[in-house]
Amino acid sequence: MDGEELTAQQTALYDRQIRVWGVDAQKRLSKANVLVSGLNGTVAEFCKNIVLAGVGSLTLMDDRLVTENATHANFLITAEESKLSGRSLAEVYCNSLREFNPMVHVSVEKGDLHYFDGNFFDKFDIVIISGYSLKVKKLINSKCRERQKRIAFYTVECRGSCGEIFVDLQSYTYAQKKSDGTIECHMEYPSLEDAISIPWRDLPKKTTKTYFAMRVLEYFESWQYGKLCQTSDSDIPHVLESRKVLCDEQGLSESHLPDALLNRLVAAGAGEYPPVCAILGGFLGQEVIKAISGKGDPIKNFFYFDAADGKGIIEDISPPSK
Amino acid sequence: MADSHLQAVKGAKVLMVGAGGIGCELLKTLALSGFEDIHVIDMDTIEVSNLNRQFLFRQSHVGQSKAKVARDAVLKFKPHINIKPYHANVKSPEFNVEFFKQFSVVLNGLDNLDARRHVNRLCLAAQVPLVESGTTGYLGQVTVHVKGKTECYECQPKPTPKSYPVCTITSTPSKFVHCVVWAKDLLFAKLFGDKSQDNDLNIRPSDDGNTSKNPEDVFERSSDENAEKYGRRIHDHVFGYNIELALANDETWKNRKKPRPIYIKDVLPDKSLQRNGHLENCTSEDMPISTMPTLGLKNPQDIWSLVENAEVFLESLRLFIEKRDKDIGNLIFDKDDQLAVEFVTAAANIRASSFGIPLHSLFEAKGIAGNIVHAVATTNAIIAGLIVIEAIKILQCDFHNCRMSYCLEHPSRKMLLMPVEPFEANKSCYVCSEQILLLEINTWTTKLRDFVEKIVRNKLGMNLPIVMHGANLIYEDGDDIEEDIATNYTRNLDKVLAELPSQVTNGTVLTVEDLQQELTCNINIKHREEFDEEKHPDGMVLSGWSGHLNDNKVASNRENDISSAPSAAADAENPDGPDVVPKNLILGAREKYQRWKNLPTPQKIRPRNRTRRIRKILIKLMTATAATTMTMT
Repeated sequence: MDGEELTAQQTALYDRQIRVWGVDAQKRLSKANVLVSGLNGTVAEFCKNIVLAGVGSLTLMDDRLVTENATHANFLITAEESKLSGRSLAEVYCNSLREFNPMVHVSVEKGDLHYFDGNFFDKFDIVIISGYSLKVKKLINSKCRERQKRIAFYTVECRGSCGEIFVDLQSYTYAQKKSDGTIECHMEYPSLEDAISIPWRDLPKKTTKTYFAMRVLEYFESWQYGKLCQTSDSDIPHVLESRKVLCDEQGLSESHLPDALLNRLVAAGAGEYPPVCAILGGFLGQEVIKAISGKGDPIKNFFYFDAADGKGIIEDISPPSK
Repeated sequence: MADSHLQAVKGAKVLMVGAGGIGCELLKTLALSGFEDIHVIDMDTIEVSNLNRQFLFRQSHVGQSKAKVARDAVLKFKPHINIKPYHANVKSPEFNVEFFKQFSVVLNGLDNLDARRHVNRLCLAAQVPLVESGTTGYLGQVTVHVKGKTECYECQPKPTPKSYPVCTITSTPSKFVHCVVWAKDLLFAKLFGDKSQDNDLNIRPSDDGNTSKNPEDVFERSSDENAEKYGRRIHDHVFGYNIELALANDETWKNRKKPRPIYIKDVLPDKSLQRNGHLENCTSEDMPISTMPTLGLKNPQDIWSLVENAEVFLESLRLFIEKRDKDIGNLIFDKDDQLAVEFVTAAANIRASSFGIPLHSLFEAKGIAGNIVHAVATTNAIIAGLIVIEAIKILQCDFHNCRMSYCLEHPSRKMLLMPVEPFEANKSCYVCSEQILLLEINTWTTKLRDFVEKIVRNKLGMNLPIVMHGANLIYEDGDDIEEDIATNYTRNLDKVLAELPSQVTNGTVLTVEDLQQELTCNINIKHREEFDEEKHPDGMVLSGWSGHLNDNKVASNRENDISSAPSAAADAENPDGPDVVPKNLILGAREKYQRWKNLPTPQKIRPRNRTRRIRKILIKLMTATAATTMTMT
């Protein structure tokens, strides 16, 4: 990328990371526009990473009001702010994030993302959502895919000690580093809807159990609450029932999905585990930087972390290419 | 969070060493995870180049203590916890074994091997579990060290910083890094550093002794000499005269390309330098003193021409003399000192030009000279998360679930985060077992000083050592030594081993001890006459603890399916810098992998051959990561 050079201020501030991803990537970053909707501890971690990295702009959406409760796992909300009433999460996040890097334009957009029309999405290169129901996730994903320009779409969820990232880069070309230079690579991503509609019987035996567990919870929540992450221990019998329905329908043995894992996810409810937020927010930040710079192998298309075994696993859940 | 979990966290008193890249993330995650009593040691102050990832710091904090500012920042969102900052070196005597004993667990976010080894020893002596960590670029790792249950941080030998034979640096550079080391460690040190230090900058003219002038005087500026004139003379001395002198030795150039002497009159014929005249603007309070704006050089990524390098050389020398006169005589190269970086870049480039080596930009030269680690916020955040997960397992005494974790750039077996069961202690580790070391050394030519500096301090990592031969004290370091005894030690330092009052010769066993670290080692001395200068530039070979890397073996057994992992480290070259570095990424290719003793068998997470394969990946990956640092010996 030619054109403007980085300023002396940028060069000094970004010195260490330019040594990782190069000047071109830094220039691209400084022109990229990122939208996040649904703010929580994991998204806070992501926002911190991307603002520090020097993205062009970050737009925050979440009209929920700040409560003292929200400070439990959040470094973007200071003790004083949590006492002030009437301010939205997005506004409070915005104030804190601006301080992290004065060179990044951080702003707030009010409203519900799924009511915005397609033109709104054209302002962004990256859209990230968290805490939405499956239905809304699919809807926003398809709005991104309908636009002429390529808009990278991500979802991220933390359920206690487990976390999931979904990535849709649509049709994506990037530079892959080899020992003797770089080669151009191409990847086709399925939408969220297409990915999760692959019958479980067709997936490799080694697919992580967390993938199935997340779908069971999604299924349960979509008819129980219409929202993510609201479960409690009393829901366990219904969740186990959901497991049976899905496993029968999709052709997977129920024994493949242990009670212990589901119990753990249900008990976590809406609770985030801060170390897992840091890990998910870290990987999501890296993925977004890769997608913007077009450098480095991106995750295709699910990522899982489970603090119980410490593994961070990539799963490629895509329909067979035609 | 389970109650037991919460109780363990609330009741814990933890020590964090390092409040930098990993440290900021770690302190935040600890506070959010419910930790209420955290002590933080960091000797550093905040720099501008920290701000892209050390998110607790702002521009207005530059120059302040990292530990203190980090504490204040975290208390803003977690006001009711106890964070105790220490703006101090973890190696200082106040942090003794008693100090370490008060903690439930120690968490390291350090940037150098020396401090890591020191903390390892104190944790062993105080019997406190240690979680160790490091990152470079997208790579990172977390390891767990519990005395009696796992290996200690030093059970596997660590790669020591790469050193170059003196003659490569002084006479026959072949890579740009050689020129940088020359510019930084010799020329810069000679002109601006401590004059009493030994310095190999001048090629000693062959012994014909017809030098009319003592070579040391060349670097003195006479009272009637202005800065520009002085600069031109220094330029011609080091890039012209010294090269001519070296060329006179035909032997050296038989199989090498001859260098070209460069004289300032050929590069910059004008007597005085053209300046844009904006000098006043560039020396304002908030801008560092720099030659670049006045010389019209903007982009630090550009490679300067020979003329530009000569201009920067003269101009930076002039600015040191005119604007920073009081620094001269005690400057040590610092990568955050803009003028120093400019001077070293220019000098290295002029020398590279002379030797036909490609020139480099200021950005690249700065990275090499400062051993700058590639660092991003994301990896540090991930690693800090993993440290907290391991720390909580330790606090719950859930040792059999502890894991070492590796953060990779390219997935291996679908994994970007790879957990591995901790290794058991190396029985021949001189730090956590009682292993006798073997030192091959020329006892008739090596001074005690070299033994103390290169072996006891550098190789064995001792801080306040005592050296004993049987019951005789040969040397001891510390503040409270009586004057006559100290004089005696100083005298000993300058003697060769075989001529010490209690002779050290072939077969002698020396005992070295560090009371602060509570570590004692016995060293068998073996006399040896000859050493290969390329392989052993120190002229000493220390051995005796097993677990050497066997590169051939790793290469020949490499698995096809993991071949992408090693390339992860391709751009990580300078592993000793401001952030944390995976020095301990090197894992020995131990033939036998044994399960921990004294523990219930851990849940089997993979078949044994797979563990071995993973270990091979790691060895390969880590050998590449721990490439080089540029210190001369």
